[in-house]
Amino acid sequence: MPDLDHIRRAVNVLNTEYAHCIDDDELERWPDFFTEDCEYQIIGRENVEAGLPAAIMFCDSRGMLIDRVVALRKANVYPEHVSRHLVGHCRITEVKGDLIRSEANYVVFQTRLDGETRIFNAGKYVDEIVSSGETPKFRRRSCIYDTHRIQTLLVTPI
Amino acid sequence: MKNLPADSITGASPTAVDFRYYRDPEIFEAEQRHIYAGPTWSYLGLEAELPNPGDFIASIIGAVPVVLTRGPQGALHGWVNRCAHKGAMVCRRQRGNAKDGSFVCVYHQWAYDAEGNLAGAPFQRGVRGQGGYAADFDRAEHGLQKVRVASLSGMVFGTLSDSAPPLESFLGEVMCANVRRVLNRPIRILGYARQMMAGNWKLYSENSRDSYHGGLLHLFYPTFGIYRPSQDSQGEIDTNGFHSLFSVFKSSTAIDYKNFSSEANREMKGAATLQDARVIQYKPDIADNVALSIQSLFPSVVLQQIQNTLAARQVIARAVDQTELIWTYFGYADDDAEMTRHRIRNLNLVGPAGYISMEDGEAVELCQNGTAGSDGARSYVAMGNEGGILLHVAPLGMDENNVRGFWKGYFELMRGWDQVNARP
Repeated sequence: MPDLDHIRRAVNVLNTEYAHCIDDDELERWPDFFTEDCEYQIIGRENVEAGLPAAIMFCDSRGMLIDRVVALRKANVYPEHVSRHLVGHCRITEVKGDLIRSEANYVVFQTRLDGETRIFNAGKYVDEIVSSGETPKFRRRSCIYDTHRIQTLLVTPI
Repeated sequence: MKNLPADSITGASPTAVDFRYYRDPEIFEAEQRHIYAGPTWSYLGLEAELPNPGDFIASIIGAVPVVLTRGPQGALHGWVNRCAHKGAMVCRRQRGNAKDGSFVCVYHQWAYDAEGNLAGAPFQRGVRGQGGYAADFDRAEHGLQKVRVASLSGMVFGTLSDSAPPLESFLGEVMCANVRRVLNRPIRILGYARQMMAGNWKLYSENSRDSYHGGLLHLFYPTFGIYRPSQDSQGEIDTNGFHSLFSVFKSSTAIDYKNFSSEANREMKGAATLQDARVIQYKPDIADNVALSIQSLFPSVVLQQIQNTLAARQVIARAVDQTELIWTYFGYADDDAEMTRHRIRNLNLVGPAGYISMEDGEAVELCQNGTAGSDGARSYVAMGNEGGILLHVAPLGMDENNVRGFWKGYFELMRGWDQVNARP
């Protein structure tokens, strides 16, 4: 019988570290939160509910996560901004050996050069976490967003 | 004055446009009448979104909410989503299936069929002799406003105008041929993405007709050293100038982008290497030599084939400075699971988070913000204007031909708007 409290604590710590990594603009560390064969996507709730697979960001290897960061740093043009994640407590939906399934609500606030802070994206993380290694890592992370209307564009991961 | 080449279209070639056209609410209002309610066809959706009788999707023509339905016999119908009674929206969902084929306004339960005919109004004859409508109340006179709809290879358009030419005449042969090319076999909807840009719709319309910016604004390919300049490419417009088609053909020779870096103001060497190149992989899936096509159909849609991404981008003018893009992604019905996954991976290139498209949102907003208080200042869209507006330009990238085509078509439709609005 797994110790659920222990697992909850570990997943909450993982989610917290993940959010701070993005919000502190340490994106080069972001891929380290994932396994090599990971799957990361940002997908609209309207698609998920209709059983449609199209995501606005879809990476099915850690290499693709690294490419996203390099493109953001060197190639893409976007409004300068900072992000602020608020992540709710996790809800563990399944524990099977080393695999943890978990969900957590999130809100991402975005602040651009005009200084106004806007709700950029609200949604839910649906995760598969592997706890076999030194630190738990995401094998799958789906950011399922309610905020259908992406304001201007999305470049920074959620 | 030079003689126009044989393939140029007649009429002025606008090379400068008053920035007021991006900002003036009065012009935005005039566009509703002259452009969207004028003799044009607006994109409504794809037939694959409503395959079965009773299916419907909510769409829009300019500011006018429209519903596209499939009737019991399988025919497509369109109507303005505005109850004939009080003007309430009858259909309140984005899409779905009307099980019994009827659309009932929640306010007073006026019920309409899929064609928009009034099927019944509660208490039409009153109750026990009290109230009700007059004896000569004719349901046929109180239906929803009908929208003419037409489909080209499953791409559905609608018009509010009785004087709009048939859809295929409006689009012209060149444009129709490419729609048929992309929609050459049954498709499967893969999903949607929506993007809101704080800018005028015409800034986006110009952007999708502007081949000049491609390799200069979108630096993904050059940054990763994978840019192939579009030597084997062409731009086309229809004879009115409205619609634009960019095609890039499969190239037999890869050309090093370094040759072009001295022409650009920003560093363009291949500074990085992709860790996972599957994102840009291309698997030929249309039996011809076109590797990329971006087709802008006036006034409201872009049909794209970029790598293996297929999409219709509906351009919705929400306000003079607010434009929504709805991306409808699709593949072909005969795709296997691996091909679908490949398309989803390819979608990283396009959409609101697309490696080679996200910058368009930023460019639109920069132009909207930069033209504030412009007071008579004008744009300068004169690149490659030798010989006026051409029906065909090759290769792409060194001209703004199709942008000028857009403005020519636009101004012809808008002719007289300021007189109409003149106050006594």
